[in-house]
Amino acid sequence: MFYFILRRILQIIPVIIGVTLILFTLMYIIPEDPAKLILEKGATPEALQNLRVKMGIDKPVYVQYWRYIKQLAKGDLGTSYRYRRSVNSILADHYPNSIKLALAAIIIEVIIGIFAGIVSAVKKFSFWDILVTISTTIAVCVPVYWLGMMLQVAFGLKLGWLPMSGMGDGSLRYYILPAITLASVSTAFVARMTRSTMLEVLSNDYITTAYAKGLSNNMVIGKHALKNALIPVVTLIGVDLGSLMGGAILTETVFNWPGVGRTIYLAILQRDAPVVIGGTIILVIIFVAMNLIVDIVYALLDPRIRYEKKEIQI
Amino acid sequence: MTETENNKILEVKNLSTYFYTDDGVVKAVDDVSFDLKKGETLGIVGETGCGKSVTALSILRLIPQPLGRIVAGEIIFEGRDLLKLGQKDLQNLRGNKISMIFQDPMTSLNPVYTVGNQVMESLIVHRKLKKDEARREGLKLLEMVGIPEFKRRFNNYPHEFSGGMRQRVMIAMAIANSPSILIADEPTTALDVTVQAQILELMDELKYKTNSSIIIITHDLGVVAKYANRVMVMYAGKPVEFSSVDNIFYKPAHPYTIGLMKSVTRLDEEKRGKLKPIEGLPPSLIDLPKFCIFRARCKYACDECKGEYPPLKEIEKDHFVSCYRGKEFMEGIIERFDN
Repeated sequence: MFYFILRRILQIIPVIIGVTLILFTLMYIIPEDPAKLILEKGATPEALQNLRVKMGIDKPVYVQYWRYIKQLAKGDLGTSYRYRRSVNSILADHYPNSIKLALAAIIIEVIIGIFAGIVSAVKKFSFWDILVTISTTIAVCVPVYWLGMMLQVAFGLKLGWLPMSGMGDGSLRYYILPAITLASVSTAFVARMTRSTMLEVLSNDYITTAYAKGLSNNMVIGKHALKNALIPVVTLIGVDLGSLMGGAILTETVFNWPGVGRTIYLAILQRDAPVVIGGTIILVIIFVAMNLIVDIVYALLDPRIRYEKKEIQI
Repeated sequence: MTETENNKILEVKNLSTYFYTDDGVVKAVDDVSFDLKKGETLGIVGETGCGKSVTALSILRLIPQPLGRIVAGEIIFEGRDLLKLGQKDLQNLRGNKISMIFQDPMTSLNPVYTVGNQVMESLIVHRKLKKDEARREGLKLLEMVGIPEFKRRFNNYPHEFSGGMRQRVMIAMAIANSPSILIADEPTTALDVTVQAQILELMDELKYKTNSSIIIITHDLGVVAKYANRVMVMYAGKPVEFSSVDNIFYKPAHPYTIGLMKSVTRLDEEKRGKLKPIEGLPPSLIDLPKFCIFRARCKYACDECKGEYPPLKEIEKDHFVSCYRGKEFMEGIIERFDN
């Protein structure tokens, strides 16, 4: 297991080189001069040139890239053009907010999604199954930003039960609407996937064995079926957690959530290359780390894919 | 009540289990009656799809829902009709008084729990043992069914076991609570020939140790000949012949049983020439004829056979057959092994 994890961590390095290369090229192609962005409109050409030299962007792109990689190796993500602050500190301000929101969404996803999936599989073709099928279809079809706005109008504006936007004092009330919005599509997917894997698992011979042993319905479903059914669902949730942590651009924008999705979105609009690249790198690392965690959980759930043990069959 | 009746541990009366499919009603088991005596091994034989497994699953009411349904009959065990038991009583019975071993040991164990965990489960559920007691008992069981290095193997997962070893684990689970009846649904079909013998020997040995009765379902006549006391031959969801193992092998009275005997490879008779398959195919269980179900494949069918389905009739003591010409077959008036 140790070597497996080590190998996976080392695999992050080529991924990061690839990602930075692509981002660097993209940001370089955009015909915008960072020096002009930073200085006022009336800046003299000398001043601009001086700034370019100071920032190192007068050099060819591969030199710039090499310098960036060297910096990155030290954990330095550079300085924002727009805010003239280090990217590290900007991201440090915003990442925790995104992670908190993502965790809130995942909790909704896991609890509601898995529960709905089990109910609709066990009570196949019943009223509850049909209800789950219809509501998951709607959840998948509805655009996230529209759902967000509708929730804002309904619970924020009309009913006044919950705050409409922002993080306020960071209390739970502020999380509810954006977390529901963020979780909606994934919850539907989790419910659907749980339903189908559960149905598949329930038709297995070992389920008949479990019943033949005299176990109660709850034991058979809760112990014997669920653990098997959850194996693919865990993958879905893990990958989703990775993408939720940085991919919540729509939700964070609609709810004016001070997270990293919104920060990257604004940075793109402002051509703030260091923030975009730095934010994306962190995102990639989180994503890869989540995948690693998924694989480890996978191995815990399914003994057949544990990595180190090799037993001889007798 | 006579003494022989007292001896009956299980009595199945007129059991019918149907499957309601899109294509129609499949009469998988139709009007099956038999009984099981204390300490005996009853063999149920027949070809694939003749309803033997469904009969076995019906006893523990493990018919896959909602397609399958037990539509009629009684299954009397310890004075109670199992078909009328509530869910709770049924759970108390399963794996406790009556337990079951399945055909494919590769898929019958849950892949994500250790075998120890799965063996302990039956003990904890029925005997309400504490975890460490259950562990001790579980280890004893694994030792009893002959698993080498059982202490270490206790914490292994099913995929770390071979097929034969897994079937031993299944047997350990099944005998955990010393059941009165052990139902084995083709317990050796998925195993290698050498392992088959070991498993059957083990089951036979444990039967004497635990003083239980066995219903063994198989299509292997060799297994039946060696281990069964009595045999029920099934064809298209119905019992066609039911008698002692000697009668079935030496005095078969139903043309289907005779056909089965002729299609078996034997080493002790040199001059038998080619194996003789039974011509034709079994009827569709959706659309069974009103007359004898075997008539279409039977070359001895007479005018009487065009009439109603022949009921199971006792042609000599404890020898039941559902054929109008059964007596003729039994007495050898119709040449049994002719060509």
